Amino acid sequence: MNYNWNWGIFFQPNPMGTGTYLDMLLSGLALTLKTAALAWVIALITGSIVGVMRTLPSKGANWFGFAYVEFFRNMPLLVQLFLWFFVLPEILPRAAGLWLKQLPNAPFWTAAIGVGFFMSARVAVQLQAGISSLPRGQKMAATALGLTTVQGYRYVLLPMAFRIILPPLTSEFLNTIKNTAVAITIGLLELTGQARSMQEFSFQVFEAFTAATILYLLVNAVVVTAMRFLERWVAIPGYITGK
Amino acid sequence: MIEISHVNKWYSPTFQVLTDCTTNVTKGEVVVVCGPSGSGKSTLIKCVNALEPFQSGDILVDGTKVNDPKTNLPKLRSRVGMVFQHFELFPHLKIIDNLCLAQEKVLGRGHDKAQAKGMQLLERVGLKEQAQKFPAQLSGGQQQRVAIARALAMDPIVMLFDEPTSALDPEMVSEVLDVMVDLAREGMTMMVVTHEMGFARKVANRVIFMDRGEIVEDAAKDDFFGKPRSDRAQKFLSKILSH
Repeated sequence: MNYNWNWGIFFQPNPMGTGTYLDMLLSGLALTLKTAALAWVIALITGSIVGVMRTLPSKGANWFGFAYVEFFRNMPLLVQLFLWFFVLPEILPRAAGLWLKQLPNAPFWTAAIGVGFFMSARVAVQLQAGISSLPRGQKMAATALGLTTVQGYRYVLLPMAFRIILPPLTSEFLNTIKNTAVAITIGLLELTGQARSMQEFSFQVFEAFTAATILYLLVNAVVVTAMRFLERWVAIPGYITGK
Repeated sequence: MIEISHVNKWYSPTFQVLTDCTTNVTKGEVVVVCGPSGSGKSTLIKCVNALEPFQSGDILVDGTKVNDPKTNLPKLRSRVGMVFQHFELFPHLKIIDNLCLAQEKVLGRGHDKAQAKGMQLLERVGLKEQAQKFPAQLSGGQQQRVAIARALAMDPIVMLFDEPTSALDPEMVSEVLDVMVDLAREGMTMMVVTHEMGFARKVANRVIFMDRGEIVEDAAKDDFFGKPRSDRAQKFLSKILSH
């Protein structure tokens, strides 16, 4: 293989005039983090709502939760992004579609929302499992004390369910960060996108993707460590959660 | 205080758990419900505060119809204390917070007032020192005493006990029964599902014997232990009193 290694490439100016190649990658990293953060917020909020709906006694809520989860988890993420980005503006009324297409940062919003909804189906299933794993008597005890359904979930069921699913939620958070890389296909210049452009401008493919790999690993190591601290922080004295 | 009339409950069209149950508990009365496992006694007591729905018949608690859709169930339940077989303390809350939660969220008591009431009741069940601990750090007997205190904190007009000692190690049964005996002697209206015939002898006014979803015997304590009228009750008693 005839390849000219050049680790100094990161400190050379990039052709965009935005500083060095390293600056380029770091701006991609920043966009990855922003996209992942927004997507995770969307995933947690909608996923929690849908997950709770799947455990309610109401048949309608169950059905909605079921349909939502199956819709968002049974389609490839890439297809979902294309649907949001290319198809949705066309099937909306003309004015609304036009507004969507002209939205500044359209790839960013599409990626955050697309990845967010995709991940929310997974959060919903996790939370449903967490709630179902609690003894049936917990809900009964809350009800018997006069707590309403909402209060029962808010003060009794959810605090325990979220503690139980914290380890798998960590994985889902990591998946959210990694899944933002798919947004390269709709033109979002996140970390993978910037590594790709660096390769195209400089032909230093190994350096570019080595750097991207290390940056992803670092970010996820930080997340894992932070979640470990969170787990320890919310741990209940004397209570063993499967460990 | 509790009027149960002609209650029928089916789990499925072919599986009837309660058949035409009729009885009542008057103010200040202690009624023990016993019977072989699967006889429907736990189901019946859970119907009283509408934790379990039933298909026909009526239950009135303090004049309020439990099975009326217009009844404010959370409000009714907040006045009916319930103690479960598996304690069902909320594991993520300190003992004192277990006692305060429903006082504050359901009755709208201020935090200080709820705390004072909670501490007073913990002292009464002999667990004042454990107030800052978590449920998992207490023994089963201690947890069940906390559960009784938690129910009492709501100033209930009647207390329901669903096999309160059957999940306990033998040496912890008496500490829980002692609390219940004290409560009975103070004039609390109580409906108690239990196999503790010693408790029944000591404080019950009436004993109800259930078998296969039916109330087979409903007699004053002395009549029940003196000479049960039905064969099934006699057989049951001979089995549990033989040792």
